[in-house]
Amino acid sequence: MSNVAAPKKSLMANLQDRMQGVNLRQNGIFVALIGLVAFFAATTPNAASITPTNVSNLVVQNGYILVLAIGMVMVIIAGHIDLSVGSVAAFIGAVAGILVVRPLEQDGWEWLPALPWWAGILGAILVGAIVGMWQGFWVAYVGIPAFIVTLAGMLLFRGMALLTLQNTNIGPFPDEFRAIGNGFLDKEQGLNGLVGFSSDYNLTALIVTGFAVLALWAAALKQRTGKIRYGQVVEPRVWFYLKNAILSAMVAYVGFQLSQANGIPYTLILLVFLVIVYTIVMTRTPFGRYIYAIGGNLNAAVLSGIDVRKINFWLFVNMGALAALSGVLIAARMNSAVPKAGDGFELDAISSVFIGGAAVQGGVGTVSGSMIGGLIQGVLANGMNLNSVGIDVQMTIKGLVLLLAVAFDVWSKRRK
Amino acid sequence: MSSPILEMRGITKTFPGVTALDDVSLTVQRGEIHAICGENGAGKSTLMKVLSGVYPFGSYSGDIVYEGQVKKFLNIRDSEHEGIVIIHQELALSPYLSIAENIFLGNEIRKFGLIDWNQTNKQAQLLMARVGLEEDPNIAIKDIGVGKQQLVEIAKALSKRVKLLILDEPTAALNDEDSAHLLDLLRHLKDQGISSIIISHKLNEIEAIADTTTIIRDGKAIESLSMATEQVSQERIIKGMVGREMENRYPTRTPQIGQEILRVEDWVAYHPIDSNRLIVDGISMNVKRGEIVGLAGIMGAGRTEFARSLFGRSYGTNISGRVYKNGQEIKVRTIREAIDNGLAYATEDRKRFGLNLIEDIKRNISLASLKSFVTFGLVNGNEEYKKASEYRESMNIKAPSVNSVTGQLSGGNQQKVVLSKWINVNPDVLILDEPTRGIDVGAKYEIYLIMQRLAAEGKGIIVISSELPELIGICDRIYAIAEGRITGEVSRQDATPETLMKYMTMEKGKVNV
Repeated sequence: MSNVAAPKKSLMANLQDRMQGVNLRQNGIFVALIGLVAFFAATTPNAASITPTNVSNLVVQNGYILVLAIGMVMVIIAGHIDLSVGSVAAFIGAVAGILVVRPLEQDGWEWLPALPWWAGILGAILVGAIVGMWQGFWVAYVGIPAFIVTLAGMLLFRGMALLTLQNTNIGPFPDEFRAIGNGFLDKEQGLNGLVGFSSDYNLTALIVTGFAVLALWAAALKQRTGKIRYGQVVEPRVWFYLKNAILSAMVAYVGFQLSQANGIPYTLILLVFLVIVYTIVMTRTPFGRYIYAIGGNLNAAVLSGIDVRKINFWLFVNMGALAALSGVLIAARMNSAVPKAGDGFELDAISSVFIGGAAVQGGVGTVSGSMIGGLIQGVLANGMNLNSVGIDVQMTIKGLVLLLAVAFDVWSKRRK
Repeated sequence: MSSPILEMRGITKTFPGVTALDDVSLTVQRGEIHAICGENGAGKSTLMKVLSGVYPFGSYSGDIVYEGQVKKFLNIRDSEHEGIVIIHQELALSPYLSIAENIFLGNEIRKFGLIDWNQTNKQAQLLMARVGLEEDPNIAIKDIGVGKQQLVEIAKALSKRVKLLILDEPTAALNDEDSAHLLDLLRHLKDQGISSIIISHKLNEIEAIADTTTIIRDGKAIESLSMATEQVSQERIIKGMVGREMENRYPTRTPQIGQEILRVEDWVAYHPIDSNRLIVDGISMNVKRGEIVGLAGIMGAGRTEFARSLFGRSYGTNISGRVYKNGQEIKVRTIREAIDNGLAYATEDRKRFGLNLIEDIKRNISLASLKSFVTFGLVNGNEEYKKASEYRESMNIKAPSVNSVTGQLSGGNQQKVVLSKWINVNPDVLILDEPTRGIDVGAKYEIYLIMQRLAAEGKGIIVISSELPELIGICDRIYAIAEGRITGEVSRQDATPETLMKYMTMEKGKVNV
């Protein structure tokens, strides 16, 4: 019997050795996303899910959830939760409306001139940060669980949104303001005209996509060579090239599709920028590392000299600012600040984070995983819409996807 | 002679890639106390998990013969039903429920489907009397000490009509007095016909209580020693466990003691919640360069509380007192301030307070000194890896790489990670709280060597330990603490367990003998 078992075992061991340094969970949801895209490409009428316009819409429609998910994953890694972000987004949309558009009569703010669009956005984000300070104060310095503080915040800031808007809508916003939710880079194909490239493809979009692919390879290779130089275990060479080839193919494909639509949305540029910045924050800065440490073992973090209260405080300030940015995106996209904006978005953001591999107990999670989690939800909703699936079934499926994604996590952990 | 109560025959248990148990056989006679010894990771716990059904029938090969029959336990319920009860090192009690509720948890006494509280309390009291626990059965578990909690666990086992009691490191968290009481109780239960299997690292206890000792090494049962007939010494057991003679459990050294590096005067701290309760009562002490100073005391004497209140006020309220480093007064109001002033504290409870168990080795090592890896605001992960790998080498941390998750390491290796973490903040004074608790003999020796190396580098070392032979073996000077006060100071030459114990049990108001 042992003769039979021996080679089999060594094969398994061999495989295990070779797969060292490969993050299966992260790659698993990535594969799930690709599978989902392929599924809807095959099932939607005329492959509607992968038409240039739809890909473009998908990015723009999910932008504000993904922005929320970036802040949310940080909060969840530290072992907290934030239920208030949807309400905060609505409140900040209202604030932005007041600052930029100023339509309300006799609201007591007549003395304040309408601000230029950029100052309005900065002001809105600043107010978002102050909202974050308010919540961070209660969580970090008073010691009330974030669940309670933000549940209260959910009501509080929804109320503030209603108060600010006095039960009306504010709009329309100036064109520059709308652009960050609705605009595209070089939509009029000015560059095409400049160089005499007459085609349906947006040249700017193609060039930017090309640079993005190059940057992706440069970053991946730099990290890999750095690790090798320090004698660290890296992913197998074949796996590395395969993974990045697939990744860059996807980037190229999305860019190619966008170039046939209106070009690259400003929302996407903003999002890519945020993902890069926050990935660096979470993996390379002491602030990010302390967040993981706090979520992984609070006591050990305290005894290691980490000022946990300070970290928690700034976490919520950061979340407030990102919720504000999300509120600005929503207002810009809807071209109106409405009291019901962002309703239920906190739950979409939280599901994105958990589908993306974060742990309920804290200490685990990544920004990029949460983005994939958010995209899975976005692609799913979009694909079902195109397939004319009713909202009833959609909600059911969304719920099951969240449950099964986390169940998969729990099972795979138990197997170990 | 009656038939044995338990025979485990040729038990083999494999996990992917490892053979945890390799053809292990174990025979426990009726009414005996059977000790199982072995280094961490030798397979003791795995064997007990096979026996109690945590690893169900079919997941191992070999036979479990219990009460003369081959048993096929599928879960813990099956084995408990047959009278095999296991008490884990981490007690499985619900802190906010009462003693009586805990004893009958999952096994409630009912009348018409509702819990019969009168009967519950009455039965609980009977069981508590059997284990010698004098408490109100209605008191919450969190309000009694860990020694009494252990007794509640045994009472709970008795309520299940236990015939074979398995105790995994039962005295690891107990002070000497509670340990002695527990061992007495086991003898008492033995007289009532209840057999016990006891897993312990404390060889003096095994020597005192066991009828038979089985030694497990690398997943194999090496030998069974009959403690009654042969004269089995602790050295003999250690030899079996480590597979070699261990001439000296404590490495020899010639201390090079220099100037005073740290002095604490009149240190006072009160209980964090009950702020009228004095926990640390005016402790004054000092450490010199190159010196290893011990703090001895029974559990609850205030040793850990003193160390933690000193380390950036991480314990207690209304803390007062003065701290001098190299003769200069320093402030240690926050942990960061303490670390920056050259203090480090390695906790007694590495799982709860020392390590992020879901994080890898390198990030645990760098956590307290992360700033030293930062250039232009970013952590250099490669440098971090390099530094951690150096520690893996110098501290002999057994792991495939520093990217391994600390939760998967053995206790000894976890402790080495904790030490690496604190050595990397480059402290002048290192406080080590129970640095060898729950780790095996070989790893202990390595930890002692590390301590000596640090002392030789001119650092001051303060060691808190419940094991008196350990303190006597490694310290240059030992302070005894009782009820939050220093009751005695003994030099290496004068230190014996008896003198230390005399100081450790000295009560307030009594005249020094």
